[in-house]
Amino acid sequence: MSYFNATMTGRARQLVSLYPEPRSALVPLCHLAQEQDGWLTPEAMEEIAELVGVTPAEVRGTATFYDMLHTEPVGRYVVAVCTNIACLLDGAIELLAHAQERLGVPVGATTPDGLFTLEEAECLADCDHPPCVQVNHRFVRTTTAAAFDRLVEELSAGGHAEDIPAHGTLVRVRRSGGLRVDAGQIARERAAQEGSG
Amino acid sequence: MADPEPSIEPETDAVTFTLDGRQVSARKGELVISAAERAGVYIPRFCYHPRMEPVGMCRMCLVEVAGPRGASLQPACIITVDDGAEVSTTSPKVRKAQDGILEFLLINHPLDCPVCDKGGECPLQDQTLAYGPGESRFVEEKRHFAKPIAISDLVLLDRERCIQCARCTRFAEEIAGEAQIDFSGRGERVEVATFPARPFTSYFSGNTVQICPVGALTATPYRFTARPWDLDQVESTCTTCAFGCRVAVQSSANRLTRLLGLDAEPVNQGWLCDKGRFSFEAVNGDEVAAGPSDDTEAVTLGTHRPGEFAGEVAETASRVGRVTEPMLLDGERHVRVGWSEALAEAARRLEAIRIAHGPGAIAFIGGGRLTNEGAYAWTKLAKAVIGTDSVDAQPGDGLPADLVLSLPRATIAETCSAPVVLLFAGDVREELPVLFLRLRRAALDHKIRIVEVSPRATAMSEYAAVSLRVRPGDAPSVARALVGEPSSSPSHPAGPAFAPEQLERARTLLAAAAADGPPGTGVVVAFSRASLAEDPSVAATAVSTLALAWPGARFLPLLRRGNVQGALDMGMAPGVLPGRTSLDTGRDWFTDHWGSVPETRGRDATAALRSATESGPGAVRALVLLGCDPLEDFPDSDLAARALADAELVVAVAGHPGPALDHADVVLPVAVVHERPGTTTNIEGRVTRLGQKLAPPGLAWPDWTIASALSDELGYDLAIGSVGEIGEEIERVAPAYRGFAPGFLDQVSGHDGLVVPLGAADVPVVVPIDPIATPGVESVERQGAPPRVGLTEPLSRELLAALHPDERAEHAPPPLRRPAPASVTVPSPDHYSLRLVSTRRLYDHGAAMTGSPSLDRLVPAAEAVANPSELARLGVERGDRVRVSSPRGEVVLEARPDDGVPKGVLVVEFNLSEPTGGRKNAAASLIDATAVVNDVRLETL
Amino acid sequence: MPLTDAPRIMTARLGDPDSYTIERYLETGGYQALRKALTMTPAEVAAEVDAASLLGRGGAGFPAGRKWSMLKKDPVTSLVVNGDESEPATFKDHLLIERIPHQILEGVIISAYALQVTRAFVYVRGEFALGLERMEQALNDAYHHGAVGADIFSSGFSLDIVVHPGAGAYICGDETALLESLEGKRGFPRIKPPYYPAVIGLYHQPTVVNNVETMANIPWIVANGGAAFAALGAGRSCGTRMFALSGHVNRPGPYEVEMVKVSFRDLIYAEELGGGIRADRELKAFIPGGASSPWFGPEHLDLPLGQDEVGQAGSMLGSGSVVVMDSSTCPVRAAWRITKFFFRESCGQCTPCREGSGWLERILYRIENGGGREQDLDLLLDICDNISPGVHWPPEQTTICPLGPSIPPSIASSLLRFRDDYLVHIKDGGCPHG
Ligand SMILES: Cc1cc2nc3c(=O)[nH]c(=O)nc-3n(C[C@H](O)[C@H](O)[C@H](O)COP(=O)(O)O)c2cc1C
Ligand code: SF4
Ligand code: FES
Repeated sequence: MSYFNATMTGRARQLVSLYPEPRSALVPLCHLAQEQDGWLTPEAMEEIAELVGVTPAEVRGTATFYDMLHTEPVGRYVVAVCTNIACLLDGAIELLAHAQERLGVPVGATTPDGLFTLEEAECLADCDHPPCVQVNHRFVRTTTAAAFDRLVEELSAGGHAEDIPAHGTLVRVRRSGGLRVDAGQIARERAAQEGSG
Repeated sequence: MADPEPSIEPETDAVTFTLDGRQVSARKGELVISAAERAGVYIPRFCYHPRMEPVGMCRMCLVEVAGPRGASLQPACIITVDDGAEVSTTSPKVRKAQDGILEFLLINHPLDCPVCDKGGECPLQDQTLAYGPGESRFVEEKRHFAKPIAISDLVLLDRERCIQCARCTRFAEEIAGEAQIDFSGRGERVEVATFPARPFTSYFSGNTVQICPVGALTATPYRFTARPWDLDQVESTCTTCAFGCRVAVQSSANRLTRLLGLDAEPVNQGWLCDKGRFSFEAVNGDEVAAGPSDDTEAVTLGTHRPGEFAGEVAETASRVGRVTEPMLLDGERHVRVGWSEALAEAARRLEAIRIAHGPGAIAFIGGGRLTNEGAYAWTKLAKAVIGTDSVDAQPGDGLPADLVLSLPRATIAETCSAPVVLLFAGDVREELPVLFLRLRRAALDHKIRIVEVSPRATAMSEYAAVSLRVRPGDAPSVARALVGEPSSSPSHPAGPAFAPEQLERARTLLAAAAADGPPGTGVVVAFSRASLAEDPSVAATAVSTLALAWPGARFLPLLRRGNVQGALDMGMAPGVLPGRTSLDTGRDWFTDHWGSVPETRGRDATAALRSATESGPGAVRALVLLGCDPLEDFPDSDLAARALADAELVVAVAGHPGPALDHADVVLPVAVVHERPGTTTNIEGRVTRLGQKLAPPGLAWPDWTIASALSDELGYDLAIGSVGEIGEEIERVAPAYRGFAPGFLDQVSGHDGLVVPLGAADVPVVVPIDPIATPGVESVERQGAPPRVGLTEPLSRELLAALHPDERAEHAPPPLRRPAPASVTVPSPDHYSLRLVSTRRLYDHGAAMTGSPSLDRLVPAAEAVANPSELARLGVERGDRVRVSSPRGEVVLEARPDDGVPKGVLVVEFNLSEPTGGRKNAAASLIDATAVVNDVRLETL
Repeated sequence: MPLTDAPRIMTARLGDPDSYTIERYLETGGYQALRKALTMTPAEVAAEVDAASLLGRGGAGFPAGRKWSMLKKDPVTSLVVNGDESEPATFKDHLLIERIPHQILEGVIISAYALQVTRAFVYVRGEFALGLERMEQALNDAYHHGAVGADIFSSGFSLDIVVHPGAGAYICGDETALLESLEGKRGFPRIKPPYYPAVIGLYHQPTVVNNVETMANIPWIVANGGAAFAALGAGRSCGTRMFALSGHVNRPGPYEVEMVKVSFRDLIYAEELGGGIRADRELKAFIPGGASSPWFGPEHLDLPLGQDEVGQAGSMLGSGSVVVMDSSTCPVRAAWRITKFFFRESCGQCTPCREGSGWLERILYRIENGGGREQDLDLLLDICDNISPGVHWPPEQTTICPLGPSIPPSIASSLLRFRDDYLVHIKDGGCPHG
């Protein structure tokens, strides 16, 4: 019984094959699992553990280090408002307060309808458009309370499907070109290392 | 190839540096923290542990190091000593840093020392008193977590107390190789965590409790049972298995409360397995706590086991956890009697049988749980007083003693540094858990390469350079193939169990082990009786084949039972006499010392039990069980049951109840481990002291006392009045123990024992105890026992020489000669049966587990484990019930596919019960111990 | 328009909305530098980079040429490109990744050739979803163009590149944490020694780690020669550099300027750059080089944008982010928010950083929100002292990585400059700025 669906299984294998050590694919595989389900289910973590050769506890331990990886379900839209220094100087705290009010949930929580999870972000590197807001890791450049409300309404009505993919979808472009330069290379490196060890 | 670097002599390896203004020498590349420690300067630390890779996380060990750009603070656990470096551990800057770290650690640490298990032996508490600031400047709210959560049946985690030193997570990953716990989260929310619904089931989980520098990890068996300052401690050796881990045994109010691993460099290096650590509960037993009970009441000894009937336990007030009084069988019931009555009865009936049927009609089975002194006394009683050679410390589960005792022995240290270790064995993690830790690390650190030959894939397989499967009966031909002799490769209808390339790779590795020296040089063969469903002659033949072909190889027998090596050394096997001598070559010497020895070679346990079921002249009539229960220990429970039923007399020397006691005409209560002093000998031949921590419960006596008293009753004086006297006698008469003066073990450099025969590769190393590597040990020592810190002088050559009274050597009998390989005939398999393999499991229904409530629940049910293709053929899925039948009996088990099991083979692990709770030892009810191999049928229900 | 007539090495292509496509890149001379490099020996390419005196653009400012020369070429080596950009108010790599991914890749390929490594990893901050898409697309196109992969442009040189997504952890910008992260682990910075990834890096093999912007300079250097690059700027600070300007200026944004030749005043006030402070307010302070740099005041405006110049004045150029705070700014709030950032992003290994950051954050929050006590100011400094002894510049590092010692500067420098603001908070029981 495999956790990843058929397409995802193929991608998962390709991801593992990109790296000299399978464990390097751990985070990319977590992103893949979130693309499938929006969050890291226990089954996902168990399968990733198997794929990269570590224990499920290590997958969970590693995943929980990273803010983008969720071991609990999150809403369809993860709304992140940056309040770091540049945004702070331009009304970020106020916008975040507004967001909490508009969505009716505190930071870290998901709206009862499961649509929105609100996060307070650290600097998102878009400081010339403060306060910076991301939805599902897409910059929406919604800097005023009114614009924020409009966005929430549009998203609730199913808008922006094109530019804001489902939560967890980190990239829509897959690696297609260039397989490994030399498939035998890894094997040789390993052998060389073993020989010298 | 010429090595450009000349080999480095210890002298050129030394560097000198300034430590707090003092010139100190150190080894090049040594960490400042350990160099300082050897120089007597203790640098405070939390995360550093001498047996694990440093992580430099706690920052408590900062010292000031002078450098080209001025002095700077550096972590002493990371930086190595440079020649000429200037290090200060006490400068104002260092002090300020230490105060700061302690304050940081305390701001979020709960102030619950009074209810914390670690209170009184807590390095954080101690160091706060020593270095910390007075009053708290932290007025904010502390970090909160739900209070202790169980991360396994044995370990609780209090995350508020955790100081994020990563000792436990590192242990799990680095030492045990089972990262079932790991850090999760980031920053202030970093916490130790398991995966949901996957508890920390590692056999080694208790070590994390021991090395946790605060009270974050606690063990359920110890929790709240004692305060450190009430604890009293002795050093001893764990005899749960034969590896011989050194331990500190602690008690409070004549109850054992805790075992802690001591850092014995040659053996366990600080670690213990959970069975060894927690089975002290079985020593306490419930009887001990319950106090004396009504004298006249008849008691049932055999069939009621602690925890067996979950519903009934609560009501059965007098749950019997220990055998504490002598008893005689009166019809169906056991009646408590005094020692003199019990001994007189035993002597009278033994003597009657001896006179009527000859000494050969009396057989002794068991002895692996005795001390060396007890084993010696019982051997002398059996072989010199009664005159029978039918004595066998191994209840049908071991290997021939003359083979084990005659092979050139490797020490554990040699095994862990051999170019190639040939592991001709079962699963080392199940059999000798801490040896597994040592071998695993050695393999990962590229110190050894492992070639594994085992009946199924094991925990070691992933660390082995090559791992070959061997089916029952095939070991000798695999051995011949490994040494390059022509061998008909074992054929099986299901095809070969391994690929020819694997064999080739194994042979290449073995051949490359030694560039020069006689064949086999550089190879250590670690061997065991991997399957109890196969006659021992199969493994013995394989091992003899290796020994014959490889005169340069050394051997490490992976015997499993407590002191079985000591028992064999003391002559508890047919055909041998104390000190690794044979009955024939030692006859004159021992006749001089003992008066007489048996005329002829006796029966081993299997033969004795079989003989007990027969009648006619020369058959065995009396069985003396020495801390052994054939109904659970012997591989063939049908034969054992018939033997016990048919025997005219059964005398049981027992510390724990077991089913065999139902048949015992005379029950003699014996003190068990931690209740009597003495010595023990581990698999490498290392003799160590057993400490006595408790008075034996009830009327139980030490093992040797019973032998001596029984002998008196038989009219012979064994002439042994104390453990010390026996030790001296062993030294005098047992050749392999020549020069081994018992007093040696009381010297500091003798604490971790010495390998016999003396002068073997062993040089004892006493490592200083890092007080926070073993927190509990240190604080207890402060209460009285001598600290081992700083005592590092090895045993001097002069002392070793003085211990060698070589003049006696000429007269002593020569060591045993290796038996020639026998040839075994293995019937060929048929298409309808599977060949049975019964491997051992650490958690089984032995007395150590069933007597320990904390461990007993962890024993799994037996399973029918087979290659997935075999189960698929029957349409059986994981967890389905299947019937396994043999000519001996049948059991119903759950099926489990495992592709580490070769086709044509079925594994039923030994001494585990049917899932219904039915047959206690499912495997033993299938095995015919008199057959070379056992075939079984597998059917769906 | 830059203030000097220096070439626009980073920004020349940015005028085109399709600058990220391979078509536009090829039209604007893309991959020509790579073709040229492949006609040179690897040592010659490395020599050009060394001659360029290119300081790393990731924050530490280590000369790229020197780093390359430290690489142990044995047994197997990797090139890792740091595109994790998470330093507060730094937003230049974000732009480069989204807009000129090919220029970065071309730099990577040339560097790999110079270093003779056959595998490279481009670690892109996970939150840059669009950047990751563009970088992945660019890599695909580069493979199909023959610029990456086996036998690049028939030169015999082969290279594989993997674009690796981060997952949200600032600490992974530290090169050793980044390597751990790339190995699939928690981003715990590695203990030192060993001091350099060039000795033991990815998979315990020698590794070069360079910043995205550092890489994006390489094609120009190869095309125009190291000497041309070194001729720009002055002293050790050569070439042009991206500065991310944010805060209370009229025109926040990323600007490429010639190093040293331009001052903070130019950056903040010049019409074609920051365009001055909004509503013509007074400048209160500015952060010259990221959240870990000590704050500067108006008296520092005329310092040139040069690494050593700023260093000698008691702060650093760091990651090239300049945050402008006008007279309306509450310094307590600003210092609190920066401290909160470090608290949230501390990896949690070292006791002082893990525990100290939270303690400082709570105290600052208390002061900002009216619960301050007079002794808190000394306490703040003493906690800082316990994280980085002496609390001076450059800070003493007693933790595993530089994040710990990055915490004190904003607190110490704001306290030094604006002690009165702190005292008003304590006396009035709250923030006067509302
Ligand atoms: C806490 C911390 C965060 C860092 N973040 C980044 C970053 O986001 N991007 C970056 O290129 N370098 C970052 N660095 C610097 C890197 O460790 C490293 O010096 C740099 O990637 C080397 O590239 P360069 O020599 O080209 O500048 C960071 C360092 C630290 C200590
Ligand atoms: S200083 Fe902070 S971020 Fe850096 S390693 Fe230590 S705890 Fe982690
Ligand atoms: S940092 Fe050295 S002991 Fe913890």
